[in-house]
Amino acid sequence: MAQKGRTTFKEDICKGCGLCVSVCPVKIIALEEIEINRKGYHPAGIKEMEKCIACQNCALICPDLVITVEKL
Amino acid sequence: MTVVFERTTGLTEVETHYCPGCTHGIIHRLVAEVLVELDILDDTIGVCPVGCSVLAYKYFNCDMQQAAHGRAPAVATGAKRVHPDKFVFTYQGDGDLASIGTAEIVHAAHRGEKISTIFVNNAIYGMTGGQMAPTTLIGQKATTAPYGRDEETMGMPLRMSEMLATIDGAKFVERVSVDTPANIRKAKRAIKKCFQVQLEGKGFGIVEVLSTCPTNWGLTPVESLKWLKENMIPYYPLGNFKSPEEVE
Ligand SMILES: Cc1ncc(C[n+]2csc(CCOP(=O)(O)OP(=O)(O)O)c2C)c(N)n1
Ligand code: SF4
Ligand SMILES: [Mg+2]
Repeated sequence: MAQKGRTTFKEDICKGCGLCVSVCPVKIIALEEIEINRKGYHPAGIKEMEKCIACQNCALICPDLVITVEKL
Repeated sequence: MTVVFERTTGLTEVETHYCPGCTHGIIHRLVAEVLVELDILDDTIGVCPVGCSVLAYKYFNCDMQQAAHGRAPAVATGAKRVHPDKFVFTYQGDGDLASIGTAEIVHAAHRGEKISTIFVNNAIYGMTGGQMAPTTLIGQKATTAPYGRDEETMGMPLRMSEMLATIDGAKFVERVSVDTPANIRKAKRAIKKCFQVQLEGKGFGIVEVLSTCPTNWGLTPVESLKWLKENMIPYYPLGNFKSPEEVE
């Protein structure tokens, strides 16, 4: 299946709350397990971007405006 | 390739002080997006409360004033009467609006002030470390209700939207939640309608937003959304209580 979306995370302002992880319907968002950002949190990110469907759920629920979503 | 979601210009670039997963941040964004979409950001005066959102003036990209605890509707009344051409909103927590500021919100609605209120109900005093609010649920623990709230000594949680909807001067009253992406979209639509009521000169409007406080609820951010859905929504039903026909 062709990639539908591209979602970018401003990792340095993420507070690692995990709300985005919980609402992604294709389950491709995860918090970093080892790396921490300058705020001291494990930031969220996407490993398999080709599975993104650009639904914007993650961006809608992010309290910190970390996420930008593009539709391909 | 088109950008379908990006940071709103209605907020400054300042990073918020809110705890991880606190839904105050989502509500700020919705208000800011609506101000931009209605093209009124440069003509807006916001009034922030005492509570965790006391610093909201650093985040909203419009003129802001910070009021004494519970008094945001009184300050907004003054701002609106001196500047009737400006859009004026208050942003208040449940301790601020439903406790110390009950008189101010009731009488602002009663006078039919042409202001709009965003009422963030997280069933607790967040900023001061988790004391019971009038909105705290039966059985919910707070530092001042360590065994949980009980009806006999503390009364039942106060439903502000239902109460305010009985006041003639209140023209728009709706309760929404930000616990799911679908509810977040609905919350934004309600905020927009509420703001339009003021722009059309119809009177007072309020949107109560059910919100989380992971820190003082003692839950993770994701558990907090679930707790809101399972405990708050049954007691605080979502929906519109009052709306002028034209904005429906
Ligand atoms: C006159 C006055 N009384 C009490 C306080 C202490 N105080 C600060 S914030 C707060 C409660 C805030 O709770 P809420 O409005 O629910 O906001 P939240 O932090 O939950 O968003 C209280 C009682 C104060 N600052 N001023
Ligand atoms: S104390 Fe509660 S309401 Fe205040 S910022 Fe933290 S989570 Fe949000
Ligand atoms: Mg509160």
